[in-house]
Amino acid sequence: MLRGLAWAAALIWPWAGAHADPSPARVVSINLCTDQLAMLIADTGQLVSVSHLATDPRSSAMVEQARAYPANSGLAEEIYLMQPDLVLAGEYGANATVDMLRRLDVPVLRFEQAYSLDDVRARMIQMGEVLGRQDRAAELVDRFDARLGDFQAEIAARPRAALYYANGYTLGDKSLAGQILTRAGFDNVAADIGYEGGGVLPLELLAMNIPDAVVTGQPYPGASRSEEIMDHPVVSVLRRQSATASVTDSDWVCGTPFVLDAVSQMTDLRQSLTADRP
Amino acid sequence: MTRLGLILSLLVLALFGAALVVGPASIGPVDSIVALIGGDGGASTLVVREIRLPRAILAALIGAGLGMAGAAMQGYLRNPLADPGLIGISGASALGAVIALQTGLAVQSGIGLPLAALTGALIGVLLVLALAGPRGSSLTLILAGIAISALAGALTSLVLNLSPNPFAANEIVFWMMGSLADRSMAHVWIAFPLILAGTVMLATLTRGLDALTLGEDAAEAMGLRLNRMRMILILGTATVVAGSTAVAGAIGFIGLVVPHILRPLVGARPGRLLWASALGGAAMLLASDLAVRILLPARDLKLGVVTALVGAPLFLHLIHRTRREGL
Amino acid sequence: MTVLSLSGFGVTLRGRPILRDIAFDIGGGELVGLIGPNGAGKTTLMRAALGLIGSVGHSSLAALAPAQRGRAVAWLPQAREIAWPVDVQTVVSLGRMPHMSTGQRMTGADRDAVDSALEQMGLTELRQRTATRLSGGEQARVLIARTLAQETPLLMADEPIAGLDPAHQISTMETFAELARKGRSVFVSLHDLGLAVRHCTRLIVIDRGGVVADGPPRALLSPDLIRKTFGITAWFQDTPEGLVFQPLEVAT
Repeated sequence: MLRGLAWAAALIWPWAGAHADPSPARVVSINLCTDQLAMLIADTGQLVSVSHLATDPRSSAMVEQARAYPANSGLAEEIYLMQPDLVLAGEYGANATVDMLRRLDVPVLRFEQAYSLDDVRARMIQMGEVLGRQDRAAELVDRFDARLGDFQAEIAARPRAALYYANGYTLGDKSLAGQILTRAGFDNVAADIGYEGGGVLPLELLAMNIPDAVVTGQPYPGASRSEEIMDHPVVSVLRRQSATASVTDSDWVCGTPFVLDAVSQMTDLRQSLTADRP
Repeated sequence: MTRLGLILSLLVLALFGAALVVGPASIGPVDSIVALIGGDGGASTLVVREIRLPRAILAALIGAGLGMAGAAMQGYLRNPLADPGLIGISGASALGAVIALQTGLAVQSGIGLPLAALTGALIGVLLVLALAGPRGSSLTLILAGIAISALAGALTSLVLNLSPNPFAANEIVFWMMGSLADRSMAHVWIAFPLILAGTVMLATLTRGLDALTLGEDAAEAMGLRLNRMRMILILGTATVVAGSTAVAGAIGFIGLVVPHILRPLVGARPGRLLWASALGGAAMLLASDLAVRILLPARDLKLGVVTALVGAPLFLHLIHRTRREGL
Repeated sequence: MTVLSLSGFGVTLRGRPILRDIAFDIGGGELVGLIGPNGAGKTTLMRAALGLIGSVGHSSLAALAPAQRGRAVAWLPQAREIAWPVDVQTVVSLGRMPHMSTGQRMTGADRDAVDSALEQMGLTELRQRTATRLSGGEQARVLIARTLAQETPLLMADEPIAGLDPAHQISTMETFAELARKGRSVFVSLHDLGLAVRHCTRLIVIDRGGVVADGPPRALLSPDLIRKTFGITAWFQDTPEGLVFQPLEVAT
């Protein structure tokens, strides 16, 4: 009965257990994005383990820092043995692990994904509250806001860019990558065509809309047919026309302050594009 | 040219034209043709020449190759159920292609991919013929096909799962069902020489396949060199399947459906069926690829889904008939 | 003119000698019946003589190049196979294949040969019909017509009349006899000793891996040979209607 109540409470107020003790002492993160936010905000010794993805340079912007923590592979029994008093997970995925941990009375908190730069801010503040490190979070938010303000300067011409990933996947305005593009002074071709979130953009439509820049994903090692589209002659022609090849990297993946590096990278690209113009 | 040949050729031409005109980018029929021939280097030209043209060429080529290979296998085994996809040759070829791609063989050398696909296909044909015997009875043929397909599919999955590329693991569907989405001229140049060589080899078999109507003994006594014919069949089929699978994955049922539909129209003569099936196969794959593009344009519906939706019921019908006739 | 010559001829299958020391010639205008009990190796002898399976010794047909062989002998295997639903005249036309080069169309002579073969087997009416939908007996006749259309000096047939009704058995044997009278030769294996004796100009009896008798039926048949080879007793007599042979009972 008590167990059931506790479980129900965990559902309604997932960090109910953590709430009793305002700052959890043993926190385990099993999601790439919560890994990075936690590493940025947690107190020394508070974060016990991060996911193994945090040390993968393709997706993590904090590889060096992550090496200092034991890595986990997100399996329930492995996490349980770490005796965490809070587990941080992402909005999606790892369902079986999260369910199992909750059955074992381990409090799990799912962080929503960031779809905009405002979301990034909100996640930092939320992480500060969850870890009882509001001051540290506020400090990061201030820095974030200050740096973001620098990008607000006058943007004379807005070149058109398209994000183009494996399988012809693109992202519209309601996505972090789309917001990075817009903030860096680009018009998002996908948004113009009517894509809000993500979706498959047929190669033909990409070609017809002649973007000034095609920003593709970083190829993984080993071959895949999904990524072949990024080497399609049409994409090559479009990229040649824009004279700049740009690739999204780990800065683009998560709602962390590192997205500002991506904005900065794209701003440089925009400036080089507009400078080339007669 | 016979009337049937003429009709089929016109059908292929019409479908080829349609393939150049239909697409998510709304370019009118006239503009499409102008973009193809004139070519001002603009966006329309890019779309028609670099996206639609290679796709249409590949559909016609691969369809023709698979149609002919199916007709040749059926004629040789004297069994209407023999289709390179169904009896596991395409699966084995896909395994070869995947190994080449994942080991980096395909990157090291331009011929790495086609060569590996060919090796896989050859192993597949040899296995099927060894298991099914000279006159492939339906039962042994289908059982051999199931076994080879299952093994090749499992190994393909394994190779893809071991790939460091997270996308590769999800691509088993492509290799099992086939797709022509976003193929380029580079893929045409991989497929074209193989399919051309394979169809030329298979085309030499017309007389022999006709003679085999009377059985191996009678055909051999009429001067047919059976061993030589078997060699050409094996090489020709493997080459065609390799060219197709290396660029478009395993597309099934073309070699089953097309010869079945056309057989009554050529008086059931296996020799004449070869060319008719090549034209018919080209038409069927062009039509299937158009269907894929028109029905669910944004979903990358796999070609094999369409061909299987048409082919599998026919396959069931053929099995039923085979059982009734006690073959 | 010799159309088939075997000497020192033998066949070994899976290490077991099936036939050995076979020697005979078949000349022009002969209708030769190959008889012997089940398992004596009649089919093996014919297939080996054609070069379809390995053999030792000399066979004039096996020594030919494949293309030449198709013009020297027409072979009708015992298995009556018509794999696809083609029409009757298409099946019969296949017999012209050895006479045509690749890609060549049928000439007038080819068409005449097909017409005459259809005529001889009484198939003219059925020429447009789908061969696989015909009765077993009709299919057998279609396949015989194919060998006739091949117009070779020698026709070899493995039990061509098995499964035919009496009328068609007799007419088929008469067709073969007619071919022989016109100077071509026919080499058939059969089980019906009555028909063999009545129509063949010569019988070759094989048993236990070798030829046990070879000659015209009248000179060859003896109660002793019949008993030893076939294990039966039989009544046979020269009558005004020709030689009559009637098996009676299993010899004890």
